[in-house]
Amino acid sequence: MSSSEYALEVDRLAVSFDTYGGVVQAVRDVSFKLRKGRTLAIVGESGCGKSVTMQSIMGLIPMPPGRITQGSARLNGDELLGISQKALNAIRGNRVGMIFQDPMSSLNPTMTIGRQIAETLVVHRGLSTSAARKEVLELLRLVQIPEAEKRIDQYPFEFSGGMLQRVMIAMAIACKPEVLIADEPTTALDVTIQAQILNLLKDLQERYGLSIILITHDLGVVARMAHDVAVMYAGQVVEAGSVDDIFYRSAHPYTLGLRAAMPSNDPEKRTLRIIPGSPPDLFAPPPGCAFAARCPHAMRLCHEHAPPLYGTGHIARCWLHHPQAPESPVRGNIATLTEPAC
Amino acid sequence: MLIEAKALRKFFSLDGGRQVHAVDDVTLGIAEHEVVGLVGESGSGKTTFGKTLIGLYDKTGGEVRYRGELLPARYTAADFRKQSSEIQMIFQDPYGSLNPRMTIFEIIAEGVLIRERRSLSSLRDKVVYWLERVGLHADHLSRYPHEFSGGQRQRVGIARALIVEPKLLVCDEPISALDVSVQAQVVQLLAELKESMGLSMLFIAHDLSMVRYVSDRMAVMYLGSLIELGPAEEVYFRPLHPYTQLLIASNPEPDPEHERRRQDRLITGEIPSPVDLKPMCRFAGRCPKAEARCFEERPVLREVAPERFAACHLL
Repeated sequence: MSSSEYALEVDRLAVSFDTYGGVVQAVRDVSFKLRKGRTLAIVGESGCGKSVTMQSIMGLIPMPPGRITQGSARLNGDELLGISQKALNAIRGNRVGMIFQDPMSSLNPTMTIGRQIAETLVVHRGLSTSAARKEVLELLRLVQIPEAEKRIDQYPFEFSGGMLQRVMIAMAIACKPEVLIADEPTTALDVTIQAQILNLLKDLQERYGLSIILITHDLGVVARMAHDVAVMYAGQVVEAGSVDDIFYRSAHPYTLGLRAAMPSNDPEKRTLRIIPGSPPDLFAPPPGCAFAARCPHAMRLCHEHAPPLYGTGHIARCWLHHPQAPESPVRGNIATLTEPAC
Repeated sequence: MLIEAKALRKFFSLDGGRQVHAVDDVTLGIAEHEVVGLVGESGSGKTTFGKTLIGLYDKTGGEVRYRGELLPARYTAADFRKQSSEIQMIFQDPYGSLNPRMTIFEIIAEGVLIRERRSLSSLRDKVVYWLERVGLHADHLSRYPHEFSGGQRQRVGIARALIVEPKLLVCDEPISALDVSVQAQVVQLLAELKESMGLSMLFIAHDLSMVRYVSDRMAVMYLGSLIELGPAEEVYFRPLHPYTQLLIASNPEPDPEHERRRQDRLITGEIPSPVDLKPMCRFAGRCPKAEARCFEERPVLREVAPERFAACHLL
């Protein structure tokens, strides 16, 4: 199966949380594919399910209260859902590396960063402490941390946010993972440092053919980094396709809305258009399209029946692609408008 | 000018007599009905400037005048009470800045209750008016902060600040913790309120691209210094200072074609420590154009073109 062109394939994943208030359907029938050596951006706002999707695949959601109710996730052909914690432990940090928004809280404050990175190498690759130290130095240089020999023996509090994120990247790629999951890796950083970290990730991808899943809400970061994009809203993928499909042939009104709300370097764009309202309550998702209440093009049908996925390759979950739908700004933006996929 | 800082300085003392030059000789004013966007990276001193301007920190040096009247260097409780009807602030963290044990009603009414001896219930109509003005509803009155999203809490923070009908609003990174689409909602709300109430604002942010939509003028800080100041669109589209140029170029544009064509001009390194700074250009160590002079003499902010100010020897 490793000859497949995909590093990670997620199919019809659904995740719920049992709470005192009822069942939250956080991830509802999510599918996507990560091409080898490419970056797939998962885009959406807080609460859309983008982080929960990846965390549930990696076994990072406490269960209970979490529950994976359906679906599969294959890492180069190997199923990840339903396998034992022990098997997952052997995959996390080894075949899949992860970096998060807040590196300070992801690191142990009482341990030097050298020992923390070495731990990964000792556990997963069985290196001796001295061999691991040599490799850690290499890794610190690879992620462009100046004065690596001195920094290796320092503690997290002695590093800036940008430098800590480099440490996290070093740790994540220490075992040459098949997939790197980056969950809002630059959201907490200043733009100049963000640019440096994004460049570093691009370099590493070119050098090692890293396959990256980038979770973000920033369309600027998506435009800079992604080859493919999945846009999530209220626990569902509402549009997916190549980065050019998403930006130049947007096929879902939510994607259009996000783009219009984004500040731009275009001097002509003098006002921001906002998406009114807020996402629906996932305790009781609406029977129809989850975006219908905020959609300027919503028809009566949209409020009553959930739309199917239209298209292949470039897909969108929107009734406006129905052959009998009225004219709209998304119409005709899906090149291969086949029968609804599901 | 409604409020004006002259050579404002705020140092923090460290052990061994060392000093953090958080704000070092900043002169900046805000006119009536004007929004000044104050941008810079973490550690640039922008938040410290905002807090020192309105008395939340004691001043180390310089002065601040409000409608021409000198404000105290060190505030007493009475000074704050006197000032609170004129100047209000909204904070970055919509979670930490609302008391979790108070209802939304109590939070928004508190500012009025402190100044006027009235019962809480007599303020209901007024609080509802402000809730609705910021896009919330009367049935939110009896709820607690944890029941709200980040964007809604920021609206509560705005209602709490505006209910006393201040003239000046200091917004300290009011949108940094929010999602992009919610950022746009809050920015639009502030712009509407500015128009309808004739507010003046100091809008502190690290994200220049959002700031240009709300600001009349934009001020850029680096390591405690004000390094560029001018009309917002001018500064954003024709930045003069090498730092502003690199800062704006670092911002990713939501356009894949544009990003593929990008010629990278990255700022290398990170903002240095603001401890015991030497009299030289604050940006010289990272500036691609720096000359010998930049390391020997601190450039002053001066008018390099009509209404355009920059602190750079090379201009």
